[in-house]
Amino acid sequence: MSKSIEQKDFQLSAETLASIDGIIEKYPTKASALMPCLWAIQDELNHVPEPGVDLLMEKLDVTRARVHEVLSFYTMYRTEPQAENVLQVCHNISCHIMGARGIIAHLEKKLGVRMGEDTPDGKYRLEGAECLGACGHGPVMQLGKHMHEYLTPEKVDGLLEDLGKGETPRADTDRELEE
Amino acid sequence: MATSEHRILSSRFGRKDGHKLSVYEAEGGYQALRNVLGGKKPEEVRETVKASGLRGRGGAGFPTGVKWGFVPQDAEEVYFFVNADESEPGTFKDRYCLDYDPHMTIEGTIISSFAVGAKLAFIYIRGEFGWLIDRVQKAVDEAYAAGYLGQDILGSGYNLEMIVHKGAGAYICGEETGLINSVEGVKGQPRIKPPFPAVAGFLDKPTIVNNVESVAAVPWIMTHGAEAYAAIGTEKSKGSKLWSVSGPVKNPGVYEIPLGMPFREFFNDYLGGMVDGEKLKAVIVGGSSVPVLPADEIMDVPLDYESLGEAGTMLGSGGMIIIPESSDMVELIQVLMHFYFDESCGQCTPCREGTGWLHRIVKKLRRGEGTPNDLKLLEHVCDGMMGLTICPLADAAVMPMRSFLEKFRPEFEVLIQENEPTGCQTRWPRGEQE
Repeated sequence: MSKSIEQKDFQLSAETLASIDGIIEKYPTKASALMPCLWAIQDELNHVPEPGVDLLMEKLDVTRARVHEVLSFYTMYRTEPQAENVLQVCHNISCHIMGARGIIAHLEKKLGVRMGEDTPDGKYRLEGAECLGACGHGPVMQLGKHMHEYLTPEKVDGLLEDLGKGETPRADTDRELEE
Repeated sequence: MATSEHRILSSRFGRKDGHKLSVYEAEGGYQALRNVLGGKKPEEVRETVKASGLRGRGGAGFPTGVKWGFVPQDAEEVYFFVNADESEPGTFKDRYCLDYDPHMTIEGTIISSFAVGAKLAFIYIRGEFGWLIDRVQKAVDEAYAAGYLGQDILGSGYNLEMIVHKGAGAYICGEETGLINSVEGVKGQPRIKPPFPAVAGFLDKPTIVNNVESVAAVPWIMTHGAEAYAAIGTEKSKGSKLWSVSGPVKNPGVYEIPLGMPFREFFNDYLGGMVDGEKLKAVIVGGSSVPVLPADEIMDVPLDYESLGEAGTMLGSGGMIIIPESSDMVELIQVLMHFYFDESCGQCTPCREGTGWLHRIVKKLRRGEGTPNDLKLLEHVCDGMMGLTICPLADAAVMPMRSFLEKFRPEFEVLIQENEPTGCQTRWPRGEQE
């Protein structure tokens, strides 16, 4: 088993460790800090490897089963390294009515992968998502912390072009630049 | 955007600077909190909210002030949770509240926490709203810096801490006991009730869980009085309501209108009718979990709790999904059944198994392999789910399933008769099949 190797390579920054201690301080019980602590690890490493589970077992005084139960119940936690860009296209009812299928087909063609697959270079992952709470702005796609809304094949092309150049495409929910 | 004269919740919607403390304060923000902490007793706040007739805006419609009254009077440790786990398909109103006006929700949360005696409040935001979590956290930081949160708020002696908690992708956490479990650091599976959270919730202590839209109305109610709020709307459905509208209407978006406005007026005057070339076929009025109504059955129905109930549906979350004539209803119900199957927490057998059965049968129909018995089987599975589970997720799958089948039966029957799929020929996205 490669666990010992992973264990050796597992390292969190001082900031993340401090933020985990801060979270534990803030939450009423140690166990209740589990979700935000998992987020802290995933925010740095892009997934939660097994040594991260070990760390939280010790810090939060919870069982391995409990950490795994939470990791697997919630769809946004990942236990394996993720592709650089995870494109999550909403395929629920409102986006469906507004043309999500066409957007998905376009992305599958452009990226050469099917839904639920990574591109061989590990740069993109294409996923379906249930309702993203942007129904009146559909079809929508989530990329990182932001939403890309009112998608058209042309808009998707522009977005992939930006990502290809290593740039962050401008998201509809990102209004910080205007402030 | 909201164009109604009743802009209790939406006056800063669409404004780039609406989320800033300076803007909120300049427009009277935190004045309600000053007044409350300046001499009102918690029971006065509870009575005012009760008298206003405000009802839970997350979907259940339970009177907010009455819910607050269930907290035992001698409770020493009380928790307040704001439910911003907005994930009912078709619903995106709470996102607008927090994106454009987070301080209104924060002020409402502080007043509400004071009313029930909570010393710690959580705002539980679904994990997919990444940018929004940052925005709300910034606003909470601003509120702390201004002395609206923390120890001895505004010199009143009242202490309140506030934590912005990030969800991680689970529809079921919108159910209040699922949400509480989630913050306790376990799977977000709902609890058996009673005991209700107001008696034994987070860490088994009295806990109030309110929707964003409900708490956001509290500052206005405290400033303008219960009577002013109750004067808006109908006799039983008081106040204004946010409607998030999606689908091919000319102006989709979030609207604040008084409860009781007829659908026809809202549809024509606010939504601008359908986009050119489309015709209205049906409406799911309150989020995907409520029964669908064909166009002719909704046109003259007033948009309030009672009228929608009499019409055979529910107000729900106010997530209005507009379905155009060009839609294949069996395809749409497949989308929804996939959703409920995917989101069932797996705790109760009728839901865990039933949602899977419904999804598989609808898929089979669309593959052209349906038999007449399958429609009976759909109804039979629905009967075995409705009202038989710990939380309403099973009901939430059954209500659209039954109503689609009842109101649009010919679209199901034709699949059996011709024994091949009609309408859209595009396959369901690959890789997403169970």
